[in-house]
Amino acid sequence: MTQGTGSSKKVRFGVVVFPGSNCEYDAVHALSTFPEADPYYLWHKDRDLKGAQCIVLPGGFSYGDYLRTGAIARFSPIMQEVAAFAADGGLVLGICNGFQTLAEAHLLHGALRRNRGLRFICHPQYLRVERTDTPFTSRLRVGQVIQVPLNHNEGNWTAGSDHLQEIEDGGLVALRYCDAEGRVTDAANPNGATDNVAGILNEGCNVLGMMPHPERVCEEIVGGIDGRALFQSMIDHVLGG
Amino acid sequence: MYKVSVYVTPKAGVVDPQGAVIERAMPALGHSGAANIRVGRYITLEVPGADPDSAKADVDDMCRKLLANPIIEDYRFEITAGEEA
Repeated sequence: MTQGTGSSKKVRFGVVVFPGSNCEYDAVHALSTFPEADPYYLWHKDRDLKGAQCIVLPGGFSYGDYLRTGAIARFSPIMQEVAAFAADGGLVLGICNGFQTLAEAHLLHGALRRNRGLRFICHPQYLRVERTDTPFTSRLRVGQVIQVPLNHNEGNWTAGSDHLQEIEDGGLVALRYCDAEGRVTDAANPNGATDNVAGILNEGCNVLGMMPHPERVCEEIVGGIDGRALFQSMIDHVLGG
Repeated sequence: MYKVSVYVTPKAGVVDPQGAVIERAMPALGHSGAANIRVGRYITLEVPGADPDSAKADVDDMCRKLLANPIIEDYRFEITAGEEA
């Protein structure tokens, strides 16, 4: 999964486009600012990841959020390929609606419910980094506070019948909502997510789902660059850095 | 052809933000005693099937895989024989 592509040192990022995705351009644009990244689009009906070394499921409203967020996207033909890629150890990052889709596909634990208070949330959010021994967070420090925007209506993560204690004991929580000082409190919890979970990993640590949008903070001109560390970590991992 | 009614409800113990907000609105209507409000989904459909058991098996599969998310939701359904088309 981690070999390069011959003479090219660029990491191929396949960004999946579902009907109703709306952050795929942001993701490809953000990735294009990394000299080592080669981002491209994948259509949801594709059955070939076209040499992807990393997969990004972008934000949006796939299939109009009908039934449940991500519930229909999960059955798109490409999701079978994404699941096989993940089972093989490939890196998969799900952002917002992408996180919801990964949860519906049971590639990640739990489910995303309506926000506490039923309000659509769109604002910058502080996140505390919980672990850095993962392919997504190696460029960060444990306890570091980063600021990444939220933009969602269903980000209220709950373990449901998956076992919260096992998820916590397994260290699967990568990011938590916090305040500017890194305190993980209920007041700093924007949507009611259990244990302030903002991003979780699978057991293999090669699949990460997160509600905040790192692709929107990759250039100073848009107000921040805290998202770069996540993508750079993925690039480092694939290039063996 | 069988007519099916599917009821999808949040599992006990799973927080239901919609139910909580509706519950908080009830006192304004003068219904201060309304409690434990839970919001689910009611789905109707028609399915073909050689017999009731095979139709039930089909509907159960639809519920588990798509109509409900078993991690956070329970489901039940009623099935009745419809008129032949």
